[in-house]
Amino acid sequence: MSVAVTVESIQKSFANFAALRGVSLDVQPGELVALLGPSGSGKTTLLRLVAGLEQADGGRVLFDETDTRQLSLRDRRIGFVFQHYALFKHMNVAANIAFGLKARPRLERPGNAEIDKRVSDLMELVQLKGLERRFPVQLSGGQRQRVALARALAIEPRVLLLDEPFGALDAKVRKDLRGWLRDLHRRTGHTTLFVTHDQEEALELADRVAILNEGRLEQVGSPDDVYDHPATPFVCEFLGEANKLPVKVVGSQAFFGDRPVLGGLQQNQGGPASLYVRPQHLRIVDDAPLSLPGVVEDIRRNGALRRAEVAVQGLAKRLDVDLASQVAPALGERIRLRITHGSLFAAA
Amino acid sequence: MTLALPAASRSSSWRQPSILPGFGLSLGITISALSLIVLIPLAALFLKAASAGPADIWAIVTSSRTQAALRLSFGAAAFSAIVNAIFGLIIAWVLVRYRFPGRRLLDAAVDLPFALPTAVAGISLAAIYAPNGWIGSLLAPLSFKFTIPLIDLSIGFDGKVAYTPLGVMVALIFIGLPFVVRTVQPVLEEAEVETEEAAALLGASRLRTIFRVILPGIVPALLTGFVLAFARAVGEYGSVIFIAGNVPMVSEIAPLLIVIKLEGFDYAGASVVAMIMLIVSFTLILAINAIQAWSRGRLGHG
Ligand SMILES: Nc1ncnc2c1ncn2[C@@H]1O[C@H](COP(=O)(O)OP(=O)(O)O)[C@@H](O)[C@H]1O
Ligand SMILES: [Mg+2]
Repeated sequence: MSVAVTVESIQKSFANFAALRGVSLDVQPGELVALLGPSGSGKTTLLRLVAGLEQADGGRVLFDETDTRQLSLRDRRIGFVFQHYALFKHMNVAANIAFGLKARPRLERPGNAEIDKRVSDLMELVQLKGLERRFPVQLSGGQRQRVALARALAIEPRVLLLDEPFGALDAKVRKDLRGWLRDLHRRTGHTTLFVTHDQEEALELADRVAILNEGRLEQVGSPDDVYDHPATPFVCEFLGEANKLPVKVVGSQAFFGDRPVLGGLQQNQGGPASLYVRPQHLRIVDDAPLSLPGVVEDIRRNGALRRAEVAVQGLAKRLDVDLASQVAPALGERIRLRITHGSLFAAA
Repeated sequence: MTLALPAASRSSSWRQPSILPGFGLSLGITISALSLIVLIPLAALFLKAASAGPADIWAIVTSSRTQAALRLSFGAAAFSAIVNAIFGLIIAWVLVRYRFPGRRLLDAAVDLPFALPTAVAGISLAAIYAPNGWIGSLLAPLSFKFTIPLIDLSIGFDGKVAYTPLGVMVALIFIGLPFVVRTVQPVLEEAEVETEEAAALLGASRLRTIFRVILPGIVPALLTGFVLAFARAVGEYGSVIFIAGNVPMVSEIAPLLIVIKLEGFDYAGASVVAMIMLIVSFTLILAINAIQAWSRGRLGHG
């Protein structure tokens, strides 16, 4: 049922503005890939190109072995969920969901009883039982989103494309729907491309994450992969907070000033570099050969964690340090920090 | 949609409590203005008509000349409003959806029938559609006649537009067009292109998308435009009389009949015809508004 989607060096410009500059991406059958990037990076454009709603200036999109340019919109069998739902306002929920089935050519169209049954099954799947006769205006945002999803699933799509499906919802609802969608995907197994600008959402939901920036793919990989081993400074900063240290690589060690702060490097290239360290990868240690001395200047609460801001000599910006299960230092205390994990990028 | 009010508040007050003060004041102003401008003149009209006495009223109502004039006025108005609904919709669609050189010019031109003095419009149309006019002379050779044998109904076009009921319709279409375009245009502008894309991806044909997705969304606006064009057409006088030819029983519109009666000092007769027009118009408009309210309610704007 589900197909593999292959995007081959797609280019797309609007007037003089290059929205996509050569994007290639493989999605395996049944895989859930998140397309993550800041606003304006070209996520929606890429999704619309895969759907066939835009024509590429260069490159092509394959479903399995078939070039999609040979397929009409109907034959692509794509379930598309628009960011703003795009429900049919004058139709009730049941009619919205049945639309794709009723639009089939006469020979392929299921009977009315069959359509009713399918609609009822889908209503159950998206947990909207009992709301069949409501009109879209009478639903909450999360309910509308689920109607849009049910409507897309009704045609038994070969590919599911979701454009910021939770973008317009509040934080609590987003979290609930996230788990629910993950679950739904496990059960239905559609090849899914999922657009979001929320890195937490992408990392939690996706089998793989593709990070888009200014029309180019920066990195594609599993959530662990992209989070722990970002390929570019952009990916590192976009996926989560990071402290940035200017360092110099000599041999297998990185030096901050004349102090070695990270060892065991397999970097071939020496010279100036930027070291990115996430707040949870800084540990307070008593004494260690590779450590960074600093003074605790502030302690704040950040959700479940507490966070210390540590001033380091020679660094304009204070370091953010997560105090998970670590003993909290006192304000003004002199401490030493060890870097447990960092990403090194040669300075541009 | 109806709002279910708690029983207590429903019994204590017939209007919903509002955070906006001034309901009484604004309703008062509304009713006073409406009375001065609309209701009092209409009441005077009814009084004048009633002064004719039942027998006379009946005679005027049933006179074949009155009936022919009313039939022409309402028939031509309905026909022209339908034509306007169709063409106005297409024009609005083109203006909203396509970008082409001269679009703004076309957009502005739509309003011309509003701005032009109706007499000017009437005289121009009459000149163009007269048998020796630009368009009239082109149409003249196109006459045809077709008779359906058994029921003896003949359909025909004798090549003439000006000075026939067809001429009346041409004038009414001209003056009614802006109403439909200007009511439908903003709704089309607001309509999401994405719903059409959704329909296409769900496998709907272009026709299905138009009739099941696009049109239902603009029906309320289209109905409003239709009503406005119809109402304007029923009451139109200036632009019609020049092109109509005003042959009694054939191309004489009801407003003209009223003027003729007035010029013959038959005030009661004039007001009776006016009253009939008023009643028929009001009933029709009320009915269409009811349909509209119903379809709006379904769209959730109610
Ligand atoms: N139809 C269009 N016409 C002109 N520019 C467009 C159009 N669609 C998108 N763009 C531009 O392309 C860039 C990428 O847009 P989009 O794919 O919507 O980004 P994202 O979904 O990642 O926020 C943006 O700078 C946007 O302004
Ligand atoms: Mg977008």
